[in-house]
Amino acid sequence: MSTHGTKGTGMTWVGRAIRRVEDPALIKGQGRFTGDLSAVHWVRFVRSPVASGKLSKVTAPDGTTVITAADLTGVKKITPMLHKFNYKPIGQPVLAENVVRFVGEPVAAVVAGSEESAEDIADQVELTINETAAVADARAALKAGAPLVHAEVPANVILEGKFKSPDFDATWSSAAKILRIEARSRRQNATPIEPRGGHAVYDPATGRVTLTCATQMPHLTRTAICDIIGFPESNLRVIAPDVGGGFGQKMSLPGEYVVLVWLARRLRSSVAWTEDRRENLIAGYHSRDQYITLEGAFDKDARLLALKADIVSNIGAYSCFPTTCGVEPLMAMAEMPGPYDVQQYQCLARGVITNTCTMAPYRGVSRPVITFTLERLMDKAARAFALDPVDIRRRNLIDKFPYKSAMGLEYDEATYKETLEMAVKAINLPAFRKRQKEDRAQGRYLGIGFATFSERTGYGSPAFAARGMEITPGWETVIVSVDPSGFVEVRIGSSPHGQGLRTTLAQIVADEIGITPDMIKVIHGDTDRAPYGWGTFASRSLVISGGATLIAARKVRTKLIKMASHLLEAAPDDIVLADGVAKVAGTDKTIAIAKLAREAYTQTHRFNGEIEPGLTETGHYDPPGTFSNACHTAIVDVDVDTGHVKVEKFLVAEDAGRIINPMIADGQVHGGIAQGIGNALLEEIIYDENGGILTATLADYLPPSAHEIPTIELHHIETPSQNSITRAKGLGEGGAIGAPAAVINAINDALSPFGVEIDEMPATPQRIRAALRNAEKAA
Amino acid sequence: MSESMPVTLNINGRDYTIAVEARRTLADAIREDCGQTGTHIGCEHGICGACTVIVDGEPVRSCLMFAVQADGKKIRTVEGLADGDKLHPMQQAFMDNHGLQCGFCTPGFLMLAVGVLERERDISDEDLMDVLASNLCRCTGYQNIVKAVRAAAKEMRSG
Repeated sequence: MSTHGTKGTGMTWVGRAIRRVEDPALIKGQGRFTGDLSAVHWVRFVRSPVASGKLSKVTAPDGTTVITAADLTGVKKITPMLHKFNYKPIGQPVLAENVVRFVGEPVAAVVAGSEESAEDIADQVELTINETAAVADARAALKAGAPLVHAEVPANVILEGKFKSPDFDATWSSAAKILRIEARSRRQNATPIEPRGGHAVYDPATGRVTLTCATQMPHLTRTAICDIIGFPESNLRVIAPDVGGGFGQKMSLPGEYVVLVWLARRLRSSVAWTEDRRENLIAGYHSRDQYITLEGAFDKDARLLALKADIVSNIGAYSCFPTTCGVEPLMAMAEMPGPYDVQQYQCLARGVITNTCTMAPYRGVSRPVITFTLERLMDKAARAFALDPVDIRRRNLIDKFPYKSAMGLEYDEATYKETLEMAVKAINLPAFRKRQKEDRAQGRYLGIGFATFSERTGYGSPAFAARGMEITPGWETVIVSVDPSGFVEVRIGSSPHGQGLRTTLAQIVADEIGITPDMIKVIHGDTDRAPYGWGTFASRSLVISGGATLIAARKVRTKLIKMASHLLEAAPDDIVLADGVAKVAGTDKTIAIAKLAREAYTQTHRFNGEIEPGLTETGHYDPPGTFSNACHTAIVDVDVDTGHVKVEKFLVAEDAGRIINPMIADGQVHGGIAQGIGNALLEEIIYDENGGILTATLADYLPPSAHEIPTIELHHIETPSQNSITRAKGLGEGGAIGAPAAVINAINDALSPFGVEIDEMPATPQRIRAALRNAEKAA
Repeated sequence: MSESMPVTLNINGRDYTIAVEARRTLADAIREDCGQTGTHIGCEHGICGACTVIVDGEPVRSCLMFAVQADGKKIRTVEGLADGDKLHPMQQAFMDNHGLQCGFCTPGFLMLAVGVLERERDISDEDLMDVLASNLCRCTGYQNIVKAVRAAAKEMRSG
């Protein structure tokens, strides 16, 4: 394990596994999370117990404060907007008005002096709801005569993306073989260990409200809440303190936060809400509930010529803000062809409304599902052509760059084939096949699965604009400021919550201006302190905030060199910044960088008006996006009597460009893989057909524990990105994208002697046993 | 609602005399009545283990224990692990091995691992894995938590 380096070694800070600056407070219990704040008033939300119905009355006990939609005069609905794909805008009232649309929808807010009394009162609030027919499954919602979740959305189809390449039909009819998969991905919850929560306090002196909340996007939370309630953004400060994981769940705007700000203004006091686990599981956003039918047309040499996809994404009862419910179906459509060279593509992607919790982004968004689907198709094709799964991938992976996909996405240089070969070698495939054969003879069923994939990361505003989003995120701004004491503040619009960005950005700045990272503080998660930015999501912060940091730090560097050149009477080209000093190369003439910083404020007259006062520079960055890639390999042991799957080994060969801090990068991959293994084997939000939710505790919804995650072996290739000025690519989501496909392919390999195929996630013991039983019956 | 009753919790060597309702969980009492917010609450039904503290030498899920049950008992929380500026070997190992990301589950894992290793210094690796599987982490994929706890166990055995 690397430790802090010493000064003056001439080494760069970037590329080193230095310890995180985030850790000392967190390991001492000095982290500051939203739920650590106390308040005068506590809120408990009364939620709909039914999936669909007409709400006619809310009856509160006498003498209690219970807020309903009727109280929120002038408060607008949350109405995210897409200007493409036949999108039907629907509004979500922050508290249900006269219709409830899913179990868990907030209907009323109880305000009391303590959390306990708020809960006691909430238990006594009566909701009069005339229950109506509900629909929970997306395919059921598409059927003629299905109940309409929103009257203004015909057939429950809120959005429809279509694409067809010009030569698709001719290519399709020329195929030697067409293979088809009906893939089903069940619903998940991102399950950060810290549930959501907010704390709003009104300052009577200024009329301002400070909202502290567990969010991944503080600035946009401010913009949205001020739009919805109708007051100036200068009167709202949003703080994202330490945030206990997000994984996308905390990047959408909960109506609950709007209610808290409204209450703080109304009560002129402080008000807090801490979500409990049940609320999080039923109402804290869901994801990945999709049906995908994918067909591939192959030539006689098993080269993929064309893909045809039908994507049905269950988006729940409302459209999430800001990404809209387009986030899953449209990403699935755009990235379905994955890492393969296939120029003919046809796709229909529909977002379908149902009486279930709203869908929102979760680590990887649709890519865990499309990768699982596509990689299952490749394995089926391998079998149909009597090829090894590795071989069929070799024949089809992209190997010329830049590559333009059928839909026009530009793939920058990556190592799809190289990582595949690296993984195959590291796992020792021939040795595994031998062991597999021997074990099968003993009645033990091992399987190996591969997943090769691309991970689009660090994309700026043009990529988001392609979706037609009214709110188009993308760029980031960073302000690097050296204060008169020579210490540095880096203020960023991203909002990390576990990714270690305070450490990695300090590494980038340290190299540029020749000081140590411990002199650099990264400030984030406070709209009063940080420049406007989009937050941390979509594997973007190190690429985009990192790029903006580099731009700002280079400007500071240029200014320091100019000042040093003036004071040391040397040409700027001869000045070197390192080890805390500016030095004239080849001489012993130096001046401390801290001294230069002081002079920038207190001795500006010495520079004859040639420098502007102070030492603060701003960088903006809005990159086109860059593709990371990896090959994931899983070895599983399937107990055919019980259907239990043990992942015995997990191996990754990955390429995320230049690595800023290898320790942090590996940690991101580990965490994603664990979520992916959970996705493949364990995690499933279950609704009954009436929209009742059956998984409302962590005894029913099962994130993996240490027992279910094997030792993960990582191998790296670093292909510096030409689409990212730090040369880094993003890697926050890759682990979660590849792991489900690798595990499911491995299960199918293990079960191949039984003629059984599992194309559904999670592959629970019940599903595996059912498949085996069906195969026995058929035999 | 019920009557409050007086309870004395000894947390990290200091007595806190508080008045709590019978239904008050130990986790809430530690955080809200005693102001020690390093102990976190993740599920309130005994699955995630974020609220793990050590009560009279045993790791306990403080969301499953009432404050009144801990009356007069010695409670250790994450705030009491370090000896002044000197970190506990478990804390040091979590930092050295990148055993945390968002840090929310970390206090629970630290107290679980410390509690078990103090009770059972020579615990087998298999049993240690069983113990660590009782808490949930959503960020690290457990790789570096396991590595950190093994490293600290070695240190604690030699120390």
